[in-house]
Amino acid sequence: MRPDLDIVAAMIDPGSRVLDLGCGDGALLENLITSHDCSGLGVERDPDGFHACIARGVPVTQGDLENELREIDSGAFDVAILSLTLQAVRHPDRVLTEMKRVAPRQIVSLPNFGHWRLRAGLALRGRMPVTPLLPYEWYDTPNIHLCTLADFEALTFHAEMKIGSRILVDADGRRVAGLATRAANLLAPGAVYSLGA
Amino acid sequence: MPSGIGLVETRRAVVFDGDRPLRLDSGAAIKRVEVAYETYGELNGDRSNAVFICHALSGDAHAAGLHEGDDPDRPGWWDNIIGPGRPLDTDRLFVICANVLGGCSGTTGPSSLNPETGEPYGLRFPLIQVRDLVTVHRALLAELGIERLLAAVGGSLGGMQVLQWAIDHPGEIDGGLVVAASGRLSAQNIAFSAVAREAIMRDPDFNEGSWYGTGRRPDRGLGLARMIGHITYLSEQSMREKFGRRIQDAEVPRYGFDVDFQVESYLHYQGQSFVERFDANTYLYLGRVMDYFDPFRDPVRVQHQIEAGDTFFLVLSFDSDWRFSTAHSKEIAAELRLAGAPVTFREIASTHGHDSFLFPIPDYHETVTGFIHRLAAERGIGAGGR
Repeated sequence: MRPDLDIVAAMIDPGSRVLDLGCGDGALLENLITSHDCSGLGVERDPDGFHACIARGVPVTQGDLENELREIDSGAFDVAILSLTLQAVRHPDRVLTEMKRVAPRQIVSLPNFGHWRLRAGLALRGRMPVTPLLPYEWYDTPNIHLCTLADFEALTFHAEMKIGSRILVDADGRRVAGLATRAANLLAPGAVYSLGA
Repeated sequence: MPSGIGLVETRRAVVFDGDRPLRLDSGAAIKRVEVAYETYGELNGDRSNAVFICHALSGDAHAAGLHEGDDPDRPGWWDNIIGPGRPLDTDRLFVICANVLGGCSGTTGPSSLNPETGEPYGLRFPLIQVRDLVTVHRALLAELGIERLLAAVGGSLGGMQVLQWAIDHPGEIDGGLVVAASGRLSAQNIAFSAVAREAIMRDPDFNEGSWYGTGRRPDRGLGLARMIGHITYLSEQSMREKFGRRIQDAEVPRYGFDVDFQVESYLHYQGQSFVERFDANTYLYLGRVMDYFDPFRDPVRVQHQIEAGDTFFLVLSFDSDWRFSTAHSKEIAAELRLAGAPVTFREIASTHGHDSFLFPIPDYHETVTGFIHRLAAERGIGAGGR
């Protein structure tokens, strides 16, 4: 499992009802279902991801997460997860609001566009940055709504979502310790947020 | 596609008789119930590889393979999904398909003799429900010594049986495959059903359902009902692609009220060939079975039942199906999930309308294959059923 997914898994109480939006191959949900006694549902648009979920025995709906989210009952889940996907949705603000509606806790991980390497690339080379976390060229990227950690935190404030905890991660999704909290927006390649009441 | 199974035969079993009549959910009883069924593949030693096929309104027990003397190009109605190497792989699964209660292809129904009168039942056959269809399937399985199914699979009315079975009998089905089905017919569905029923009952030869032995049959009514039904099974696109506005056997229109367009000729052919193999009373009874189907009526009970079981559901719909549209399947998935069941859902792209579930659409078959493979792996079933 990707290291950032280990971080997400550690944030989830055993026995939770988990919604994983953009669940990919279902590895996180499989882990939560088999090892943490959770029940879960994945939403995945990509057919390969969908089939991988079936092979893992993970319940999944194939479809666009923004459409599927609208059809889910309020409070149907305990936790809604959006890992490394917020930047690829059409309406990040609405997705956050909808996540809040369907689950009292939300876990969101995202790449930090404010990281110094990206800032430097843009400032010095004058070209859109391509990095291990954001490996696409500007014209073929699914990441249409990139933001910095500061941007994201401002949005959570507007969406009236409380940040319970924030774990900073490196480009591989591993936890980075010892970063000055105030410098995170410059120094952390990404972060995992636990949000909720 | 040539049949993968080869020769098969329909068998019969009496599952209710004499001092053990079939007690229907309504309280009524049917004294003697015989079931026509077919099986494909081998039941394994621990009887864990059984897959039950529930057929739709006009289906029968002959799901796959060929009967002696059959045209090799006309195998059973779901041959493309059943056979060696196919999604329901008979190299490792034991597949069973039975004609439903109320049917007219070997299983007791309104055209069967009523042992009390020695005459065909006609409309004296009691009204039945999906639940009763399931009761008879389960009696057949008991006869075959099977207590648990690796999967129950069905399209349309077949999917409705799978749903009712999984809800009513927790712990009997590992995987429930509910394809192009509905958990509750819409007003539009019921309206179409009503028109089909009227067509049959207004046929002058209908004779209150007792035409047997009169030398007359309500073929016009049944044919018309089938024509109406058939329109709802296709999509506008598939009709456009198949027929367009082409004229049958001619370049220019003949102008008149007789069959002229290809689509009209096709519908007539469908109606004609249907009356040769189907019973009008069965059409009425099974139509009503669908109209009244409402397995989620009591959500508290459904939740209780689902919690007592461990069925994993695969719910599939087709984007061009307007008889049981994706909205129906999404509702099924939502209600099952609300009750706590694990459900995988997918809408498959296809132009074939409601009939899509009968076609070997790659995305569809790949999904079924993956789901069955997972179920088999959980039960430790490899090639050869071991």
